Amino acid sequence: MGFLGQAWTIAWKDILGELRTREMVFSMLLFGFLVILIFNFGIEPGLRDEALVKPGVLWAAFVFAGILGLNRSFSSEKENDCLQGLLLCPVDRAVIYLGKFLGNFVFVLAMSLAVLLFFSVLYNVDVIAVLPGLLVILGLATVGFSAVGTLFSAVSVGIKTRDVLLAILLFPVLVPVILAAAKSSAFVMNGEGLFAGGSWLAMLVVYDVVFLAVSVMVFDYVLEE
Amino acid sequence: MRVRRLWKYYGHFPALRGLDLELERGRFLTVFGPNGAGKTTLIKVLSTQIKPSEGLVEVGGHDVIGAADRVRSQIGVISHNTYLYPSLTAFENLKFYGRMYGVGDLEERSRELLERVGLRGREDDRVSEYSRGMQQRLSIARALLHEPEIMFLDEPYTGLDQHASRMLRGVLATLHDGRRTIFMVTHNLEEGLEMCDEVAIQVAGRICYREPIDRVDREHFGDTYFECVGGGHKWDS
Repeated sequence: MGFLGQAWTIAWKDILGELRTREMVFSMLLFGFLVILIFNFGIEPGLRDEALVKPGVLWAAFVFAGILGLNRSFSSEKENDCLQGLLLCPVDRAVIYLGKFLGNFVFVLAMSLAVLLFFSVLYNVDVIAVLPGLLVILGLATVGFSAVGTLFSAVSVGIKTRDVLLAILLFPVLVPVILAAAKSSAFVMNGEGLFAGGSWLAMLVVYDVVFLAVSVMVFDYVLEE
Repeated sequence: MRVRRLWKYYGHFPALRGLDLELERGRFLTVFGPNGAGKTTLIKVLSTQIKPSEGLVEVGGHDVIGAADRVRSQIGVISHNTYLYPSLTAFENLKFYGRMYGVGDLEERSRELLERVGLRGREDDRVSEYSRGMQQRLSIARALLHEPEIMFLDEPYTGLDQHASRMLRGVLATLHDGRRTIFMVTHNLEEGLEMCDEVAIQVAGRICYREPIDRVDREHFGDTYFECVGGGHKWDS
């Protein structure tokens, strides 16, 4: 089995485990829905800048709910010391990183799609019309989010206050992704098209490439420490 | 297995202090020692789970830092932690680890091992539904999947009931075939002495006693052990 096959085996193991326990996805969904709902109470209908506020609400929900999921990513490996079992396997550390990244990508994307649907109903946004553009942004942002999130989740796994620490470590690094994703989503949701926010989109692509590469390179050191 | 002047620091604390050790292929060495002697640290270094701070460590003829993947493909580890995913079934756990180790004919191999550890018929139950003893038996099957030449056992009897302990002894007896090297750390004198070829006592990060089993007076080994452990400070200098 090759590099990608082994990475997919790790991701599949995470997905299968989650399908059985539903611990991570349920808490992510609930939190995402709550954020959308609470913001809905605060934003009055007909607000002048409503079009500018909506993408921000959407991405706040994605990020907060996503971090909740990332917290579980490596902590689930702590049970029965499974992380050590994984590290004992004769595979490159990059395979382990990529496998965990793929699993997180699937969970965060699934949560984001469900939250997007809830958002469209509550905020009366016709997402079907702008879905292709939103999916591209969602996909790119989820890659960046999961790339950095997987790395920091591994950093914080052995620490008692990992829930707090992960959020503290992650937010500053995620600012470019959140900013670029919210800005590009605003262009798409306002009907200006995906490429109207071209520079923000480019920023997302560059962020994904840089942070995926850096994360793969430093993952071995993170695990060792 | 060859260890020369091995030091391992946790922060400023030396868990292993210039430890020397050599073990020939096919031998079974049991290392005894009290809590905090560095037994688990030693097994973690030998099995590439942590890197040594100083010294040379070769397992199966390969350096544990420079050729860690080669070492990992030759070793199997049985610990008091089972390394099993509770939400997956026994069969899924074996399939997962088998794929990571690149085991051929995985289905057949998994069934054969499940039979061997007495879990045939329960392979589709989730590990979370298993008792501690059953989990440890499955953990033995996991460690043997890729037919390792070297076995590391870290307190393998911890938390096992009579049945599971007997099963583990049976498996160890079949593993000890003169071709496979076995390295066990334990603080249980009775079980540790049962099958080994050589005995060592580790105190304060060093091996302070080592003898072939035929030169060990089993009845009075307890006294030797407590003499070493009690006089541990002698070895600190």
